[in-house]
This record gives sequence, C-alpha cells and structure tokens, in this order.
Amino acid sequence: MKIKSANVEPVELDMTPMIDMTFQLIAFFMILINFDASEQDESIQLPMSTLAKPPDSRLETPITIQLTKSGQPIVAGQTYAEVASIKPILDNEKYVLESSNKSAKDATIIIRAHRDAKTGVVQEVIKLCQTVGFEKFTLRAKEEVGY
Amino acid sequence: MKIKKGSGSKIAIDMTPMIDIVFQLLTFFIMTLKIVTPEGDFNIKMPLAAPRAGTPDPDALPPMKLRLVASSSGDCADIILNARSFSGPNRWQELHAHVASIVGDGSQKADAEVEIDADYNLKYENVIDAITAVSGSLDANGHVVKLVEKIKFAPPKSG
Repeated sequence: MKIKSANVEPVELDMTPMIDMTFQLIAFFMILINFDASEQDESIQLPMSTLAKPPDSRLETPITIQLTKSGQPIVAGQTYAEVASIKPILDNEKYVLESSNKSAKDATIIIRAHRDAKTGVVQEVIKLCQTVGFEKFTLRAKEEVGY
Repeated sequence: MKIKKGSGSKIAIDMTPMIDIVFQLLTFFIMTLKIVTPEGDFNIKMPLAAPRAGTPDPDALPPMKLRLVASSSGDCADIILNARSFSGPNRWQELHAHVASIVGDGSQKADAEVEIDADYNLKYENVIDAITAVSGSLDANGHVVKLVEKIKFAPPKSG
C-alpha cells in the first residue's frame, strides 16, 4: 500500500517559560551559595544553643579558629597538631592588621569548637590569642529551635 | 525616499548554546549548594589581665562565680553558682531562674558579670549551655531577652 507522505511542518516550541524558570532558579541558587564554606569544617559538630542567633551584621575583621574533638586547631583549612602551633599564624595576622593601620584589638577571634572538645583546650586557644594581643572573642554555636 | 519593506519572515535565533550554558550554570549552583543550619555567636571580651588601677567601685556588682565540675567522662557533674549547687535534668533552667532573681530587671543588669570556672576536661557543650542559661532566654515570640551580657573565663586549669 502506498503511504502518502504528509506535508510535515516543523513544530516550534515556545522556550520562553522554560528559560524564565531556569534563570529564576539560577538566581535563587546564586543568592544561596555560601563562599565561607572553607571556614566550616564538617568534622566539627558545634554545640547547640537556643540563643545562638545569626549576627545582624558581618564582623569587621574575623579570624576563625576551629577546634576538633581531639583538640587540634584548624586555621584557614590547615590542621595543626597542638594549640601552640598556631601562634606564628596569629602573629602574622597581627602584623597584617598593623600594616593596614589596625590593631589586634580590632579583630574578632571566632572560635568554632567541637561540642565534645575539652573546655581547657578552648581556654588555651583564648589565652594564646590574648598573649598575641587579641581581645574580642565569639564562641560559635548552632541555632537550636525550641527549648 | 521609499523604504522597501522586508519580506516579513521571522529571524530564527538558535537558542541551543544559551540553554546549554544555562543548564550547566544551574547544575553547578545546585551541586555547590550546601544546606547548613544557622550559626550564632556569643561575644566575649577578654583582654589580658592587667593590674587594676585604683580601688574597685564599691557599688559595682562583683562577678558571679560559676563553677562547672566535670565527671570522669567529661560531662557536667555539678554546677555551683555562688555556693549554690544545681543538679537534675532542669539544672540549666534552674540556673537561669536563679541568675534572673539575682540580676533582676533593674539597672544592675548592665553591670552584672559571670566568671565561668570550668574543669579542663569538661565537654565544651556544657560551657555553651551555661552561657545560654546566664545570658538570656527566648520569649513567647522567639525574641531574645538578655540577662547577663558580660561573660568571662577564669584562668584555665592545667590539664
């Protein structure tokens, strides 16, 4: 049997709604992206607190020191064997601050310690920072919903 | 001058490269998305201990000494605030109520200070619990009602 070839016209799909949606999704994910992830080590489980609310404004000169469960400090993604090993880094941070007409007193040390870390080690970190000249500290905790 | 009209046919723009790039961008952002719970800060101002100039203000409230005793496993075995001990499952709430009764809601609130003296082996989460208990509470609307804002640590004990 002979089949007649139909007069096929190219089907035009309207891509506009799909492109609109895709751009909205890109914008959404761009806003959500977090570039501070290097300062949040996944092995560190922060203690929970109902009062730990995200700060309204960004800290001016933050220096993040993370502390693992076994008491090893992590600074800028680098893990050190003991607390005393981070003193050269703190001295360097102080030098950089002073060279930009600031002082160690202007900087804030953010301490992200594991919830099972020893309090004495956290205090050692604070004491070491104090000897370098830092005065402002913030202890970071994870927000707990409900009490 | 007479302008000739075009034939009126639509110009077909090839959308394929743009859609390719857009989907690649979308994939990148979806894959790099990291969902984290919000984190908050407790501010502590602790300059290195300097010799006090002059005599202390007699009207100033002395710092409340909060002692946190650790058990052998590092858990909090006892909480002692100015010689009063707190224990049981609701100890942090009891501590909060006691501090609120000392500080009140008057002018002393701004001057009140707590010095945390914790054992070396105490798990850090207990310190955060203690700071939470003394620094305030949440009201019915979820707003923070501040209590003691000045918190400091006693010199560390040796490990």
